Amino acid sequence: MSDLFLQILLLSDSTLRLATPLVLAALAGLFSERSGVVNIALEGKMLGGAFAAAAAAQMTGSALAGLFAAIGFAVFLALVHGFASITNRGDQVVSGMALNIMVAGLGPTLADAWFGQAGRIPVEAEGARFRPITLPFAEEIREVPVIGPIYAELVSGHNILVYLAFLAVPLVAWVLYRSRFGLRLRAVGESPEAVDTAGISVAGMRYRALVVAGVLTGIAGAYLAIAQNASFLRDMTAGKGYLALAALIFGKWRPVPALLACLLFAFADAVQARLQGVEVPLVGTIPTEAIQAIPYLLTILLLAGFVGRAVAPKAIGQPYVKER
Amino acid sequence: MEAGAATAGGARPPAVELRGISKSFGPVQANREVDLAVAAGSIHGIVGENGAGKSTLMNILYGFYQPDAGRILVDGRERRIRSPLDAIRAGIGMVHQHFMLVEPFTVLENLLLGAEGGFTLEAGIARARREIEAIERDYGLEVDLDAVVKDLPVGVQQRVEILKALFRGAHILVLDEPTGVLTPQEADHLFRILRNLRDQGRTVILITHKLREIMAVTDRVSVMRGGRMVAHRRTADTSTEELAELMVGRKVLLRVEKGPARPGDPVLEVTDLEVRDDFGVPRVRDVSFTVRAGEIVGIAGVAGNGQSELLEALAGIRPVARGRVLLGGRPLGDAAEARTRRLGHVPEDRLRMGLVRSFAAWENAILGYQRQSAYTRGGFLRRRRVIASCGDWMERYDVRPRDPFLHAADFSGGNQQKLVLARELEHDPDLLLVGQPTRGVDIGAIEFIHRQLVAMRDAGKAILLVSVELEEVMSLADRILVMFDGRIMGEMAGAEGEERRLGLLMAGVAAEER
Repeated sequence: MSDLFLQILLLSDSTLRLATPLVLAALAGLFSERSGVVNIALEGKMLGGAFAAAAAAQMTGSALAGLFAAIGFAVFLALVHGFASITNRGDQVVSGMALNIMVAGLGPTLADAWFGQAGRIPVEAEGARFRPITLPFAEEIREVPVIGPIYAELVSGHNILVYLAFLAVPLVAWVLYRSRFGLRLRAVGESPEAVDTAGISVAGMRYRALVVAGVLTGIAGAYLAIAQNASFLRDMTAGKGYLALAALIFGKWRPVPALLACLLFAFADAVQARLQGVEVPLVGTIPTEAIQAIPYLLTILLLAGFVGRAVAPKAIGQPYVKER
Repeated sequence: MEAGAATAGGARPPAVELRGISKSFGPVQANREVDLAVAAGSIHGIVGENGAGKSTLMNILYGFYQPDAGRILVDGRERRIRSPLDAIRAGIGMVHQHFMLVEPFTVLENLLLGAEGGFTLEAGIARARREIEAIERDYGLEVDLDAVVKDLPVGVQQRVEILKALFRGAHILVLDEPTGVLTPQEADHLFRILRNLRDQGRTVILITHKLREIMAVTDRVSVMRGGRMVAHRRTADTSTEELAELMVGRKVLLRVEKGPARPGDPVLEVTDLEVRDDFGVPRVRDVSFTVRAGEIVGIAGVAGNGQSELLEALAGIRPVARGRVLLGGRPLGDAAEARTRRLGHVPEDRLRMGLVRSFAAWENAILGYQRQSAYTRGGFLRRRRVIASCGDWMERYDVRPRDPFLHAADFSGGNQQKLVLARELEHDPDLLLVGQPTRGVDIGAIEFIHRQLVAMRDAGKAILLVSVELEEVMSLADRILVMFDGRIMGEMAGAEGEERRLGLLMAGVAAEER
């Protein structure tokens, strides 16, 4: 019994770790898409963030410098995206894909040139990574039944970015539904002309949303390179940006449901990691590739069948042009 | 000083004064040296045909467009209005033809947008509730602040727009074609609100092409034609005839002249028809009627009550869910078959369904009939022949410019409509389905289109006319059916078409309930 409990705890623990970049990216997508800009570029911005984080952290030996570099680079990419799709009214998906492809090539190329390790950036310097934090009293109450292990194993012992990601959810929900910025954000994705006639700049709102999205994807990228792992690798986001986008749609562009969708996907990921090499009765050992496909299959199934009608912000994907 | 401005007292400067406003979009000169003075505390009408430049002028006043030249004075002070925000600060509010509302928001959220009063919404909400309730009381603008906008009828949505302007402190209110989407009762309610606003010292500018409304509610009226301001009148000193003449630049017949109909055999028989929209929701329910040769049957109703779906089903574009449709005694086929059986269709939305915008006029002139041997031989278009007959039709239907090679998108709305009409009439249909024949069409062209339709009828053709313009249905149709919520609420003869009763039927009040 207590063994099963421990198994569940460990599975939940790795779910939280795996969900962190998804949550951050999904929230980034939420800002961007609620403002009317389709953000297929979450993947590229996150990868760009991971690259910048690893490079800066390795060079300076400071995790914080890595984080700020990641945010800076992701925001820069967001501004490029905005310049193409807001200022010049280009296609949001095409410009987003262009960013993804560009970053996928640029990162490893620069990494190779700077660090000479075949497109990899190792993060080995002391202090270059975010370390797990042990919360107060974690050791003291470990022996308390049920609550003790939950607190010590599940709640405590993550790095700061994990806590940041989960605290961001209620914060984003508050901003979205209770603040002036949120009201305008929700409006500009639904009816930019109403926002324009109310005397608010549509382009200004969309740029702001993209910058916030850039900050969040930057943190997500930093998490991948200098918190969860200790290096930047070619294509290390492995579709997490698209998965986050799927979670956002599955959560109908709302923070808390999107969080739950991210947890679901992360849980599937955690399960597949556990199942690898495990003998399943009757079936035998399932090939690793088939197991790794589980989260992605789940995405397709959920989006195809169980979401119901996902009502996107009405003006999503459309550059704003005044009538005439 | 006219009656409306009496409350102003003394020599208040004009609420709005425009001097020498000019604006062009590429080669099109939308406004040419326009002057306008609107007295404070009055209702001022601006009339003109489509494309006369009324909306452009008002969008300049609201900061949506920047004028190429000219000055704007508000309350006697010169203002530079570079954005809607500047206009709002100058006390100008605008109710656009297409509402500028966020549909999934509540009324309150819509009102707050742009006037939140702080980073958090809380304080703003409390203040807004207080202020809005005061405004509602003062002007008779009852709206449920917590209702979601998309659930509200259009008449109420419009009140939300007015509230929005007042809440942001507008003392000058511009309304662009406000009655297009309203039933006559809703329009009357709107006019009461406007008079109320005027009586409390606010200024109203009303843009419309409906002369009856000008006569009913304004104190003064200005007429625009071809981008110029051509006349200013006191409403009491003018008449619809004079205004129509000023708008068009020549005498116009406002009445359609037609003799009594001589209905013959049934051409279209509809029994228990049900039609569903793209989401599977029934939009036409249990509709039965007959259209005979030699008569015009009009379908009246507020837009969105199933008329569009009905028309599409009869044209063979939308499937019939239940019921029977007979064309000349035989069941209706799909759109292609309908064409071969002499069914003409002038669709409601000419740009979406009637024309291919990027095609030349001559290509558009045979759309749907392109398989006929007159136009095709051995799979190849008989280009020269088609171009020649297109040129012919353009001449007879007065399509300007008379250029078969011009793309459909480059004609004005009225000329596009004449092109569609020419195509459908010249293929000699037995039954003509016409949707909104004069939407976005100027008075001169309206007169022409109406005469063509009456001539068709007199030639023994059956016509089904769907229009949200009540006057149009009343003056053209020999019989009127009123649709509400997918059903036919009642029928009346065109001549006896009493507007009040029509309005009640359009609002869904059945004849027996009254």
